[in-house]
Amino acid sequence: MTAFILRRSLQSIVVLFIMSLIVFVGVNLVGDPVDMLINPEADQAEIDRVIRDLGLDRPVSEQYWYFVLNAFQGDLGRSFIFGEPALKLIVQRMPATMELALVSLLMAVVFGIPLGIYAGLKPNSKFSKTIMAGSILGFSMPTFWVGIILIMFFSVHLGWLPSTGRGDVATYFGVTSSAFTLDGLSHIFLPAFNLALFKLSSVIRLARAGTREVILQDYIKFARAKGLAESRVVRIHLLKNIMIPVITIIGLEFGSLIAFSTVTETVFAWPGMGKLIIDSIYNLDRPVVVAYLMIIVVIFVMLNLIVDILYSVLDPRVRIKGVS
Amino acid sequence: MEPILKINNLQTHFFTKAGILKAVDGVSFEIAAGEIVGLVGESGSGKSITGFSVMGLVDPPGKIIDGNINFKGKDLSALSNDQMQNIRGNRIAMIFQDPMMTLNPVLRIETQMIEAIQAHDGSISREDARIRSRDTLGLVGISSPDERLRAYPHQFSGGMRQRVSIAIAMLNRPDLIIADEPTTALDVTIQGQVISEMQKLCRETQTALLWITHDLAVVAGIADRVCVMYAGRIVEQGLVADIIANPMHPYTQGLMGSVPSQNQRGKPLQQIDGMVPSMLNLPVGCAFQNRCNYANEKCSNIQPDITQVADGRQVRCFNIPVGQRL
Repeated sequence: MTAFILRRSLQSIVVLFIMSLIVFVGVNLVGDPVDMLINPEADQAEIDRVIRDLGLDRPVSEQYWYFVLNAFQGDLGRSFIFGEPALKLIVQRMPATMELALVSLLMAVVFGIPLGIYAGLKPNSKFSKTIMAGSILGFSMPTFWVGIILIMFFSVHLGWLPSTGRGDVATYFGVTSSAFTLDGLSHIFLPAFNLALFKLSSVIRLARAGTREVILQDYIKFARAKGLAESRVVRIHLLKNIMIPVITIIGLEFGSLIAFSTVTETVFAWPGMGKLIIDSIYNLDRPVVVAYLMIIVVIFVMLNLIVDILYSVLDPRVRIKGVS
Repeated sequence: MEPILKINNLQTHFFTKAGILKAVDGVSFEIAAGEIVGLVGESGSGKSITGFSVMGLVDPPGKIIDGNINFKGKDLSALSNDQMQNIRGNRIAMIFQDPMMTLNPVLRIETQMIEAIQAHDGSISREDARIRSRDTLGLVGISSPDERLRAYPHQFSGGMRQRVSIAIAMLNRPDLIIADEPTTALDVTIQGQVISEMQKLCRETQTALLWITHDLAVVAGIADRVCVMYAGRIVEQGLVADIIANPMHPYTQGLMGSVPSQNQRGKPLQQIDGMVPSMLNLPVGCAFQNRCNYANEKCSNIQPDITQVADGRQVRCFNIPVGQRL
């Protein structure tokens, strides 16, 4: 296991390096941040001074060299706009995004798996057909549009739930989250549901497809032949077998939940990383964009690792080399 | 001896879009305690469905529509699913064809064994159930059963897995085991071991065994009596020695002739001409008529009844070929 984790970490460093190269060159191609930063009435001397201060007068290769050197010391650059370390800005906003992603993931799993299994066990019932039709809607409707409709219906029309912000937060065990207060929960419900809808639909479809396949296997019939209660057949024999593909998708999608929560965060004015990255892209705040993308890469790599480890827990046939 | 299982006129039909498929159409036979009965037939003859009907495990669109399955005085076909659940795996157990598929790949052997015990005995402790599982594994010839309990199915060979399935079937000391082609997927050498193991266990524990197979040679080796099925009906039944020595139904004769043997070396192997008729579109009269050398007009108009031709010997044919008659 240790060898496996080490090897994966080395691979991650290579991925991180290549990614940083692409991102760094990429942000240098899209627009000149100086135009955004300085007073339009500034004279040439002033402009030159700003360019020199930001280090933009050096060749890209040299800028990259310094970026890498600093990165090894945990410094991913300073935001042009806020003048603060980019990493600090992102880390400050990370809890908000994390809690949003976690709550939507929870929603997707808690509702998706039972609904999917039900639809798989009783494929011809009316309710199953409704579930499946709903899941098609779920991933064909654009997230921003669903978000707006949710706000219109639940916030404006019914007035049940707030439409913007994080609400009250509370801290337990060193974790600050709005999921710990009633007000916070009411704030998180709509954005989390909005973000979860797509994942919920894919979890439903995966769980259903898995159920349809596994239920026909001899080992399910054999489990019934042993006289087990149907609930045990479904909860143990079926569930454990369909969890393998579901875990893969959940793991990988969790990364995309974090990375692409930008749309939902924008619609619901959620003060998370997604909102920050959108603002930074508008302002051509290069260090923040680069730092953000680096962090996303790290998150993806870590999630992949966790998924691989979970596999071996769920499926004894998958043996991670170095274990046995 | 009083039979423990008495099936009378069992009708299990499948209600498909293409029509009603009479997979089991009026099957009757008995098994006494400790007896081994072979149920022989080709694929699609309804032999497995007969087994699943007894277990109450016929998948939709299949349904038992008539007949009764009398097991120790109770009609199983009239029981609710909950009542049936108490009998399945407890009084009647089943072993499946493909040992690679019958054990759940993600659960330890001990989990799969202990749950089978605890499903029928709510008061037994996990530890006691584990001890019983271990002893049963030892009984079916698995060495170091204590270690093997912790293993997963993929760590066993096919023959070993089938022994595990047999052990699971025997866990609750059932009165009847239904074995659905349990040796078909195994090597011949392993086949022999499993057969003699089963035979020994059933003799020792007085467990009745319904052995479903397409292989007459296997039946000859293990069974006391044989029922031959064709197109959802039993066409011949009797003691195994009698049937092997003197098959009366033309289909049984064909089956016997299709087994390669020493006496026929160098000669072309006999075959039964033609195909099994579609179960959705069975001919009027005898289902075997289109493949039978003795068929006449009567066979294509009237469905022959199964008739007693000697003590314990029944045949469903109008024209028991000359020379075969008793």
